[in-house]
Amino acid sequence: MVTDLVFFTSVAILMISAMGVITSNNPVHSALFLVSCFFQSSVLWLLLEAEFLAIALIVIYVGAVMVLFLYVVMMLDIRKNQHKQSVSSILPIGIGISILFIAELIFALSGTNVVQTRDTGVLSNPNNTEALGIELYTNYLVEFELASIILLLGIIAAISLTLHRRPGLKKQEISQQVSVSKKDRLKVVQVRSGEGA
Amino acid sequence: MSVNDYFIISIFLFAIAVAGIFINRKNLILILMCVELILLSVNFNFIAFSEIYQDFSGQIFVFFILTVAAAEAAIGLAILITLFRHKKSIYIDDLNELKG
Repeated sequence: MVTDLVFFTSVAILMISAMGVITSNNPVHSALFLVSCFFQSSVLWLLLEAEFLAIALIVIYVGAVMVLFLYVVMMLDIRKNQHKQSVSSILPIGIGISILFIAELIFALSGTNVVQTRDTGVLSNPNNTEALGIELYTNYLVEFELASIILLLGIIAAISLTLHRRPGLKKQEISQQVSVSKKDRLKVVQVRSGEGA
Repeated sequence: MSVNDYFIISIFLFAIAVAGIFINRKNLILILMCVELILLSVNFNFIAFSEIYQDFSGQIFVFFILTVAAAEAAIGLAILITLFRHKKSIYIDDLNELKG
């Protein structure tokens, strides 16, 4: 009963937030609606016994990815060059295609009969995080390492794309500073008495 | 509430996100957000099937999807920043170098 209430409330907020993401004019509002979507999804995943992934969704998406999105939205000067959006010409196509998607998927779903196996406790024994860890480090070790390589690739690509060297920038050259010798910096001048400045 | 309801959520979330790509097709950053929504709806399917079949593979797959999505968002936003620096705009109408 309480589960049903939580479920339907979360679904309602999720759908409203998803509509907000795609309809709001301000990209900052879209990003915040997307944060709300992730929170509601995490509640729904908790109901499906995926506790670790629910927390990971909040930590990774809300904590990292959406903050990155918000930073980028706020850094870019979007308001100034806001174009007139001509949505009216493309809107029927978009809605038509999404209705087609819904119809196709519901048609596909109604033909099949998905029978739920009874709860064997595999997903939560001893607890979800520990069971997931055991599974991940025994059967999926290679994939886990590949995922780390993907993340490394993401770091390298993001840094090398956004790093740009401006000309005329004043910065330290550590090697030149260290290798400087006395004769580069110090000049001894013989000054005769009475001729100094 | 049954597990099958999660398929309906997934379908509607996917459809909303696809409609969003069409509605916001001028704005690159909103398209990236819609791609994130699509990934979220796929994750719903994986977790629901993981619960139905009492099999961990679905949750493992979601774990990897989250990893790849984080890397994808980082690289996509880096490309977006480079693009903005180059063109002073992120609107797709301004990206007409190739005259396609």
